[in-house]
Amino acid sequence: MKNIPVSALIGLFFTALYFLGAIFAPLLAPYGVGEVVGDVWEPASAEFLLGTDNIGRDLLTRMIYGGQTTIFIATAATVLSFTTGSILGFIAAEAGGWLDQAMSRFVDLIMSIPTLIFALVVLSVMPVTIPTLIVVMGLLDSTRVYRLARAVAVDIEVMDYVEAARLRGEKTTWIIFREILPNALSPLVAEMGLRFIFAVLFVSTLSFLGLGVQPPAADWGGIVKENKDGIVYGIPAALIPAFAIATLAISVNLVADWVLNRTTSLKGGRG
Amino acid sequence: MSPVFKLLAQRIALSLLLLLLISVVIFAGTMVLPGDVAQSILGQSATPEALANLRAELGVNDPPVQRYFAWLFGAIQGDLGTALTSGQDISEALASRFWNTLFLAFWAAVVAVPLAIFLGLLAVRFKDRWPDKLISGVTLASISIPEFLIGYVLMYLIAVKLRWFPSVAMINDNMSLFEKLNAIALPIAVLTLVVLAHMMRMTRAAILNVMQSAYIETAELKGLNAFQVIYRHAFPNAVAPIVNVVMLNLAYLVVGVVVIEVVFVYPGMGQYLVDHVSKRDVPVVQACGLIFAAVYIGLNMIADIVAILSNPRLRHPK
Amino acid sequence: MSDTLLKVRDLKIGATIYPPGEKPKDIEIVHGVSFDLAPGKVLGLIGESGAGKSTIGLASMAYGRGGVRITGGEVWVNGRDILKTGLRDVRKLRGGEVTYVSQSAAASFNPAKKIMDQVVEAAVEQKKFSRKEAEERARTLFAKLGLPDPDNIGERYPHQVSGGQLQRCMTALALCPEPDLVVFDEPTTALDVTTQIDVLMAIKEAIRDTGVAALYITHDLAVVAQVSDDIMVLKMGNTVEYGSVDQIINNPQEEYTQALVSVRSIEHEEKAPTPDPVLSVRNITARYKGTQFDVLHNVNVDLYPGQTLAVVGESGSGKSTLARVITGLLPPREGEIEFAGRTLSPDLKGRSREDLRELQMIYQMADVAMNPRQTVGTIIGRPLEFYFGMRGGEKRKRIIELLDEIELGEKFMDRYPAELSGGQKQRVCIARSLAAKPKMIICDEVTSALDPLVADGILKLLLDLQKIEDVAYLFITHDLATVRAISDNIAVMYQGKVQRYGGKSKVLSPPFDDYTDLLLSSVPEMKLGWLEEVIANRKMESAGN
Repeated sequence: MKNIPVSALIGLFFTALYFLGAIFAPLLAPYGVGEVVGDVWEPASAEFLLGTDNIGRDLLTRMIYGGQTTIFIATAATVLSFTTGSILGFIAAEAGGWLDQAMSRFVDLIMSIPTLIFALVVLSVMPVTIPTLIVVMGLLDSTRVYRLARAVAVDIEVMDYVEAARLRGEKTTWIIFREILPNALSPLVAEMGLRFIFAVLFVSTLSFLGLGVQPPAADWGGIVKENKDGIVYGIPAALIPAFAIATLAISVNLVADWVLNRTTSLKGGRG
Repeated sequence: MSPVFKLLAQRIALSLLLLLLISVVIFAGTMVLPGDVAQSILGQSATPEALANLRAELGVNDPPVQRYFAWLFGAIQGDLGTALTSGQDISEALASRFWNTLFLAFWAAVVAVPLAIFLGLLAVRFKDRWPDKLISGVTLASISIPEFLIGYVLMYLIAVKLRWFPSVAMINDNMSLFEKLNAIALPIAVLTLVVLAHMMRMTRAAILNVMQSAYIETAELKGLNAFQVIYRHAFPNAVAPIVNVVMLNLAYLVVGVVVIEVVFVYPGMGQYLVDHVSKRDVPVVQACGLIFAAVYIGLNMIADIVAILSNPRLRHPK
Repeated sequence: MSDTLLKVRDLKIGATIYPPGEKPKDIEIVHGVSFDLAPGKVLGLIGESGAGKSTIGLASMAYGRGGVRITGGEVWVNGRDILKTGLRDVRKLRGGEVTYVSQSAAASFNPAKKIMDQVVEAAVEQKKFSRKEAEERARTLFAKLGLPDPDNIGERYPHQVSGGQLQRCMTALALCPEPDLVVFDEPTTALDVTTQIDVLMAIKEAIRDTGVAALYITHDLAVVAQVSDDIMVLKMGNTVEYGSVDQIINNPQEEYTQALVSVRSIEHEEKAPTPDPVLSVRNITARYKGTQFDVLHNVNVDLYPGQTLAVVGESGSGKSTLARVITGLLPPREGEIEFAGRTLSPDLKGRSREDLRELQMIYQMADVAMNPRQTVGTIIGRPLEFYFGMRGGEKRKRIIELLDEIELGEKFMDRYPAELSGGQKQRVCIARSLAAKPKMIICDEVTSALDPLVADGILKLLLDLQKIEDVAYLFITHDLATVRAISDNIAVMYQGKVQRYGGKSKVLSPPFDDYTDLLLSSVPEMKLGWLEEVIANRKMESAGN
């Protein structure tokens, strides 16, 4: 673990901080999540470290619980998109033929509409609950993972060492797990970081538009929405959750970048 | 010319087919999913009679295929139905908003595209030196920042603190072009920032790809100067990838515009869509979704067409 | 004016390398090289990969590719040191006084512009000729270089002409401005052997007729011997030997030069056929899925136990397809394959584990034939485990035995493929196939990606192993020198058919059919004046025209 660049260390530190904050939210939060404790938009003070929100709730408390919601939804959606996408991608690459064609063309179709627009269309008829959000986001995003996993697997498939394993008489499971997967893992892991960021931004955007996490539950995008009217009066409360989203995303990005660089350099001395 | 013509015809046909399939998906997405439209409109406390009436009014009782074709033929003729919530004609309500959205996207593109190409060239010129590193740093940051953050930061600093531009972007037909541009200056700035980094990075990659070709070395070894190398040898091969980059990012702009319109309360299609999603006004959502998808598919199609037209192998077959 | 056109003194060239996970490092890749070139003379620069020969060639135009920089020494062209003059003067030199022909003309022509525009560009830009004069000159050169339709070929785009033709167009491009010096950087390496000889002859005649001087860079000593007056042998950025062609070829002083001259002179006594072949290919006709024409037509060959059958042909001859059919990757349309006395299933899926074990394969690119995530021990150990159920100490002992057989040894056990050199990688692949104790191994161009001396080592190893393990080789190659070195039987393939087949001495002795004659006569020989002899005795025009 030596030789970690400073940028990756910073990324790791903040990522860990946010995740720990999310996990231990009830222990860390000074007040209850829906508890009105002060005046509207009180400035930061010893009592309210980040001030209060549009109806006088403690902003720090809202932020901590909001982080929990945002990170939970994003993580669950990432896990869903990742498992669905990579499993289907590998199957398509290994099976080839009509199954591959059918799945790939379907993914092309879904990807020909902007994800946000598609999500809005779906959410206009689905009940907006956290499980719905996770499923919609996870499935929409799995198209991207599918494409990557399939492309990577197809690249590896044509390698002579995979052919050598086939000629040796190895079973398909050996070929997938021992020949393809170890070589496909690094691009996929790095992609996982990017998918997580995308999920954070996506759920925040939906909540900001009022179509994500519904009040009184808190999430970062929702807190921006609740406090956005303050901006015109010069009250920057809405910027705090927005900055939290940005720093989390940048941190994860720094880590993913590092993982990708590290593993590509591992992969082969001369490329 | 015939292979090019054939490819172009294929590409356009493919886009139309795609659009048709998308219309099916959008329609199915709003009709077949488990949510009950009538229930969601009227809420949990609605009486069964009210629900039944609304369902009949919505045509929910007709077979879905019949409803789809009715909707599709209407849409082709410009009739997008009526909004459930207001009873307004959707085509009429959308027309002005659609132009407003295009107006915003157009001016954002006018600013962003030349700027991004210029900065992309700059990054190539100073590859691996500080301007290049700054650009990749900004790119990393920009894909991590939600659009609405950029929006509110600019609004907070420029509109509220400095008072240079208005914080909300209201426009109407009575305003002059200059007044309109003044009103949308902030949204344009935000949209530019949103697509700039991406476009820069992709432009940089496209040009570098061309500059690393062996024929550029040949040109340098002919004793041509940097300008001649770029103008005669790099440029003809870089046009297609750059147009491609621009189109892909304009498509990305279409999505960015939805959020930005909400932030700046701009009377465009994005805000209209978001409003009606929360009101669960399905016909409006379908109409907006279809139009956004059509623009997106159209831009992608133009990118491919430019690539086909500029490929010498296709223009001059063996 | 001095009688030296190009004078290089103590040339040092450096480069920046980027080792993964470390800081970039500056290294020196050429360590003080000196030579002279008189007007109208040809100097051959020869060496294996990494010798620095291309880098030196480009330095004579004051050009460094990628991160390469000239760090010291002098390069005098026509009496001025071009490393000291400014970029503006260097630009006048490039494309005017000194021009360049690259290995891959296909990549070096701009795909978006007509050939003529590119051929005359330097001549016009350097104000050597008017556009009209330059075009006239280009057409003359096209004719001289043997291009078809020389008056109109310039109107075509690069993708509209063949590889061999484009290479000649590139030569025309270099000669058009009437330069004093042309740098030829491996101009025939990417071409098929029968095409190479025509391009080589065209280049040689053009040099003679125009009186231009040339730096001829190649890894093939036999090729450079045909065109050069002097030869400089390079190794790892140092001069090994520098002398006249006659001296280098006929009387090399240094051990390294001697090795290069005697490369591929492995002696191998042809063995007589035995009664029962281990492999019989019977009436095989095959085509790829979704295509409309057969790539193999009624192929019949036999391979005898412990012997080598060389399948030789140029690109597109179907020789690699034959390997795919035998391994079961491409089921044939007609015909069958008998192996060790039984008929093999046409499809890989229908073959028993014993079939698979006894028929192994070694690939051209050892790089991609090994899983980069597995150690050498795992790679060699897998067949032991898979076919013989070996575990633990027993497996380890056998892996070490195999590593010793391929002359690498136990210390390589825990290394990853990326840590090995090209020759070492190929050795590990050989060990992996031997681990299965096969009756037969298909060797698909196993030495083509390697430097000549390394390739020689691999061929020697294969011959030694054949004696120890009594394994038969089906050896697929385009290189007749390799064929001579190791085969007992030879099948010459041309356009999917076996053109000539039999024992080595019979196939390689006259009377020849036209194609075999063309193929055999096209292989450069390590003797002076060979090129002229061959051209004079040609029976068949090569296919590359």
